[in-house]
Amino acid sequence: MTVSHAHSHLADAVPPQRVSFTLNGEPRALMVRPFRRLLDVLRTDLALPGTKEGCGEGECGACSVLIDGEPVNACLVPVIQCEGSTIVTVEGLADHAALHPVQAAFVQHGGAQCGICTPGMVVTAAWMVDRKLDASAIREKLSGNICRCTGYSAIVASVAAALGDAKAPASDADGADA
Amino acid sequence: MPDGNKLSSDHRVGRSIPRPDAKDKVTGALHYVDDLPFDGLYGATVRTQTARGRITGLRFRDGSEHGVDWREIAVVTAKDIPRISKLDGLDPNLVSLLIRDQPFLVRDEFRHVGEPVALLAHPDPEVLRRAVQLVEIRTEAATAQHDYRVPPTPDQVQHGEDGPDANVFKRILVSKGAADESAAAFREVFDNAAHVVAAVYETQAQEQCYIEPNGMIARVEVAPEDAEGAVWPRKPWKLIVEGSMQCPYYVHSAMTSLFQLPDKAVQIIQAATGGGFGGKEEFPSIIAGHAGLLALKTRRPVKLIYDRVEDMAASTKRHPSHTRVRAALDADGHLLAIDMDVTMDGGAYLTLSPVVLSRGAIHAIGPYRVDHVRVHNRVTLSNTPPHGAFRGFGAPQTVFAFERHLDRCARAVGLDPVELRRRNLIVRGDTLAISQRIDEPIELHKWMDEALTAARYEQRRQAHALFNTEAEISGNPLRRGVGVATFMHGAGFTGAGEDRLASEVMLRARVCANGEGGVEVCTANTEIGQGAITVFTQIAADALGLPLDAISIARPDTDQVPNSGPTVASRTSMVVGHLVARASDDLVRNLEVSGALSDDDLRSDPDDDRASALSDAHGRKYRTDRLRRALCTAATQESGPLEGWATYERPPGGQWDDVAYKGIAYGTFAWATYVADVEVDLTTFQTRIVDFVASQEIGRVLNPMLAEGQIQGGVVQAMGWALLEEQIYVDGQMRNPNMTNYVVPTFADVPDVRVLFQESPYAYGPWGAKGIGELPMDGPAPAILNAISSALGIDIDALPASPERLMRAVLNAQAQEIR
Repeated sequence: MTVSHAHSHLADAVPPQRVSFTLNGEPRALMVRPFRRLLDVLRTDLALPGTKEGCGEGECGACSVLIDGEPVNACLVPVIQCEGSTIVTVEGLADHAALHPVQAAFVQHGGAQCGICTPGMVVTAAWMVDRKLDASAIREKLSGNICRCTGYSAIVASVAAALGDAKAPASDADGADA
Repeated sequence: MPDGNKLSSDHRVGRSIPRPDAKDKVTGALHYVDDLPFDGLYGATVRTQTARGRITGLRFRDGSEHGVDWREIAVVTAKDIPRISKLDGLDPNLVSLLIRDQPFLVRDEFRHVGEPVALLAHPDPEVLRRAVQLVEIRTEAATAQHDYRVPPTPDQVQHGEDGPDANVFKRILVSKGAADESAAAFREVFDNAAHVVAAVYETQAQEQCYIEPNGMIARVEVAPEDAEGAVWPRKPWKLIVEGSMQCPYYVHSAMTSLFQLPDKAVQIIQAATGGGFGGKEEFPSIIAGHAGLLALKTRRPVKLIYDRVEDMAASTKRHPSHTRVRAALDADGHLLAIDMDVTMDGGAYLTLSPVVLSRGAIHAIGPYRVDHVRVHNRVTLSNTPPHGAFRGFGAPQTVFAFERHLDRCARAVGLDPVELRRRNLIVRGDTLAISQRIDEPIELHKWMDEALTAARYEQRRQAHALFNTEAEISGNPLRRGVGVATFMHGAGFTGAGEDRLASEVMLRARVCANGEGGVEVCTANTEIGQGAITVFTQIAADALGLPLDAISIARPDTDQVPNSGPTVASRTSMVVGHLVARASDDLVRNLEVSGALSDDDLRSDPDDDRASALSDAHGRKYRTDRLRRALCTAATQESGPLEGWATYERPPGGQWDDVAYKGIAYGTFAWATYVADVEVDLTTFQTRIVDFVASQEIGRVLNPMLAEGQIQGGVVQAMGWALLEEQIYVDGQMRNPNMTNYVVPTFADVPDVRVLFQESPYAYGPWGAKGIGELPMDGPAPAILNAISSALGIDIDALPASPERLMRAVLNAQAQEIR
């Protein structure tokens, strides 16, 4: 078995083109080979390694980002498709020091364990929360994001809490004490 | 415990403290190995394509059409590695583990698809991907063994001499009662039994499927005059490896052996690690070696990151197993004797198989009283990548067979499966199959009843019987069933294993960012998602009487932390956590000796009822402000920061006899009853888990939120093993090495797992805590398969209970009815 063909030879052969989009609120323009994966461009060219690669084929959701407000697997998107788009990565969720409510809820309710699926998970969850989707849809809406640590319940509880549907036991708020 | 069973509200242990690492995880600020700033070369691995043979040559095909210039690509093969180590005279190319049989790079003969043959390095990973495709491995085929269950033909022998032990990596016999006397005496128990029940059970391989694939970065520090020329430097040099791993000192030992370096010349650093589950226990040593070889050859930093396909195809998995069970019972359903025969598939090299087999053997009969026992265990070779460490470590396989078999026995005797268990569970003072007497205050019957009550077992069982009868009449395709498994898991290394590890923990005084005194906890135990740094913080804070923010946890770096043993075997909280508490005590004693603390600094509050972590605790408690001031002084003293140390000491009690396989295997066990409620659709043969209750006694719950999350995660991983996960091998090649075709549970596949804890503190865990990491992997598969078997009225004895398997079982049963 060898390294998989995540990139075809053809994709490498096409010369670089200019691509511009809005990334985490900032306008960005760069010269890139058009068929490179958005995931690689984000992680390498734009130095935003928060977005993770778990499977490289759109199954695990670790590379979830928002493109024009919708959650997308960045490992399946040729960067040229993002021309003129608005992209939000995990690095763009927090408002400076203030965590997005869903990030705060993950901290409080144990939604992160090893943390490698967490960036993609909170991106999809933030989309749910920002859209004010119903808490009963959490398991369906997040089913494109795979976590191998938590067994999912603490993530469901975190998202429910961020949606204002606080049914789950939280951590001791005063536990993170002085 | 001096404090009875409850902790006062002053305690940090016992509370759901959020993880100190959570914020960096939710913001994406935490850097895993592939996220670290890096300026160097990328590495790639060229691998065998067939299951067994001999390499006759390598050909590097012309790559000019593909933008590949071989003059720009560094190549390492086994020829670059000396044949004889100057340290021990052995072949340094063989990975140092239990024995040395697995090569870092194939020299000549190979035993599985995906075995590493050559390593390439280049600055552009895309060029590298194409270069790998251009390497042609010329081979001479040899006869592979694809079925671990049958003895090899002479041309398949690869381990040991031809004969009964050919290709057998390890045999273990557990024996008790009449089986210790004679075969005839043992047979007589079966001859005189009211019921004899026999069946065969099988389990499949399982991929750990941590979401972060394996990866390492290696760099070398070589004297300038050695920078070119010889591949192996002549002057002293240093190897530094950073990456995703569970056990920095395992990697360290493997690197000193491969590179023939003294301990100080190898530095291993754990990067943030995105899940392990055993998959990053022994295997990362090989990747570290590969990255190190490329770094040594090129004198540049080299990063070697697997993608999912390579990770799944080449790395270790859970051992498949095949188990025969024969049980003798009296007319009332008491187990008289058990005869078991366990075979596990070790894969192509021995790696950790003997210890996996051992844990399987010891846990095989579970928490039941059986006077006459014979368990034959063997682990054999087959030509697949080695099977290795995976959460549960052999126990899930044997627990599955035995707990499934108890349901079959219950039917033979005419009892409810729970009643059969109730009649056979051990009570305090009974001995396990391995002749370990359980003297801790267990109440398994009561704990089982609590699980059954929470699961509404009795009501569901009755309702399901009614439902299934009506469904059959009305043509409703749904069938419902509820199933139970009662089991145990021993934490820490088996027998004298912890003595041999002789783990050490060090705490040192430090100055916190706010200028106040605090401590740094130095262990080699890694945070892999299970919450190690949170729990260590809680333990040290409580042991010292300091706030949480006075505690920091050192990054596992072999230049900085002592060897507190590997992060495996459910040992981190219980064994190492206990050492953290003892090292805290030692640090306070050293502060007293140095004069930094005196009687004037003692707490004045006589009612301070804060329990100590240890039954033999120091007992003197100091005012927090005085202690912090003393630590601040001790951190900045001229001779370096003051330290406190603890080294593992075996709890009092008996010994383990590794030859007879009798004695004290573990200081304690965690005990559990799991209940699964399922619905099977006879149209699609899909199983839906409607409800799942996981109830366990774990000594002390150090952090309820983390403990619950770890149990839920383990249960869901086991649900995947029970229902979904299966690797397809054709001629030793995994045909589904990707997450599209190797399916793990998603949000939509599983219910909320309901977790219950009982606490019966263990004297040698911090505040009584026992290990829980692996426990939740053991019980779900048998509980679920018992539920499915009950729903269908057909015994399902192999994993996974996929729709295909259930359909075949139901159709076979119908065909037999017609006949």
